[in-house]
Amino acid sequence: MKQSQTLNFILGIYVVMIFAFVFAPIIFSMVFSFNSQRFPTIPLGEFSTEWYEKVLADPDIWKAARNSLIVSFSTALIATFLGFCTAYSDFRYNFRFKGPYLALILLPPTIPLIIMALAMLAWLSKIGMSGQLYSIIIAHSVLTAPFAMAVIRLRLNQMDPDLESAAWNLGGSEWKTMRYVIVPFCKPAIFSSLFLTAAVSFDEFAVSWFVSGLNSTLPVVVLEIVQGNIDPQVNAIGTFVFLTSMTLVVLAQLFFASRQIKGMQS
Amino acid sequence: MSEKYEIRLNIYALTWRLPIIFWQLIFFVGPVLFMVAMSFFLVKNYRMNEAFEFVNWSRMMTRGFFWDSYWYTLGIATLSTFCAMCVAFPAAFALAFRAAESTRRWAIFLLIIPFFTSYLVRTFSWFVILSESGVVNAVLGYVGLGPFKMLNTDFGTLVGYMTLTLPLVVILQTVTMANIDKSLIEAARNLGCSPLRTIWQVIIPLSKTGLIIAAIFCFILSFGDFVAPFYLGGSQEPTLPILILDTTKSGQQWPRAAVVAIMMMVTLFVIAFTGIALAYRKGKGSK
Repeated sequence: MKQSQTLNFILGIYVVMIFAFVFAPIIFSMVFSFNSQRFPTIPLGEFSTEWYEKVLADPDIWKAARNSLIVSFSTALIATFLGFCTAYSDFRYNFRFKGPYLALILLPPTIPLIIMALAMLAWLSKIGMSGQLYSIIIAHSVLTAPFAMAVIRLRLNQMDPDLESAAWNLGGSEWKTMRYVIVPFCKPAIFSSLFLTAAVSFDEFAVSWFVSGLNSTLPVVVLEIVQGNIDPQVNAIGTFVFLTSMTLVVLAQLFFASRQIKGMQS
Repeated sequence: MSEKYEIRLNIYALTWRLPIIFWQLIFFVGPVLFMVAMSFFLVKNYRMNEAFEFVNWSRMMTRGFFWDSYWYTLGIATLSTFCAMCVAFPAAFALAFRAAESTRRWAIFLLIIPFFTSYLVRTFSWFVILSESGVVNAVLGYVGLGPFKMLNTDFGTLVGYMTLTLPLVVILQTVTMANIDKSLIEAARNLGCSPLRTIWQVIIPLSKTGLIIAAIFCFILSFGDFVAPFYLGGSQEPTLPILILDTTKSGQQWPRAAVVAIMMMVTLFVIAFTGIALAYRKGKGSK
């Protein structure tokens, strides 16, 4: 028994070390963002908001932030719409070539982003749609639609398939049933998916960097700063991006949680 | 379910089925196929001309630097997968078998957070932490060690890969092992199986599928990442993603970059399919 307790203790320490490794860069980046040193190390320098002031005074960063918000908002709408359509088709219908149909939406995340970036850049230039803000939106929708589909499909799994037929028997048309039964049922998952896809899009940099042309988003600006030199502004931007993404994820999680509770009640 | 509903296609069904087909054909299948076609195009005076020549392929396939890069990337991505799987295992084991249900759920929630923080910022953070006068060397300095050169080495690249893959691998391993029927493990123990042997002969075979899936994801992520080898590894030996980057961004040689990309995709497909076949093969140990 004694031995097993020692073992548990060692395993506990090990788990804490793994978490320390995973969170070290996130925490250090936040600490460094309030640190006066240009080359932060231990012992830490003085507390300073210098990097935040610099970031806030930079019009390029404001523009990038605006671009990022536009891109992630639009991506969320398109990806969630596509995800909903596909999830519903998969839930309700069986048809030939369903395997390839599902592969079509589920494959993109398994392809390395750098390859998607090259393919998107080449194709969008070919059809004259590269270098614009909407180029990023298009690419991000392809990348994030699978996540939307997964979230909404999980929710549809909780729906009693007879609910739909019951609505038809009561005289509702398919469209009305969709409007008054299925969409309301999926609402929490739809919101969850909107926030999730927005968060993924907000952080993506490889594809954005390739197809954006001059319309940089925030992660692309970070990439460009990092390439040049050590500049703690990156930590300040990173902290801001982190807070934005986390807000989105927590919102998604809240809707997910409310969905679970409602699922239990029904 | 289909027999319950009418099977003939109507506008309603098509409304939900078609959007993704059109969207993905134009913006997913289109780009990938075009990239394949592009690998046969010619570049003259910095402009791409549509053609069907094997010049790019023969150029890249006969160059030493491509194969150096190819084997290096394959090697370091494999090493990264091996490290991540080994480093993650004790933690996942502890979370799956020793931790309370609520602890496990919290741990998994915490491990999801890194996916929503910028990987670039985390890499930059490591860059500062690992540098010659950074935090790690400062701490080691107090106890009279170092300084160690960690940036611009394979160690730096691996730290970057771990940052990207470790949370995912721990999550997948934990979930897989938590789903094992506990009575099988108790049975093994009751029959006098030692703890280590239980891990080797009961737990690992039972969680084989999940473990292999975790390894595949880890490999795909490491193989395709250009940030870690570029910023932390100093791209001393450029990996394939860096090769794509350089060829596309500086040389306007998109067709050659496409050749590299296709080679990467083929490699990934072969590895993923082999892995999946192994994962779902019925071994003699499993039911």
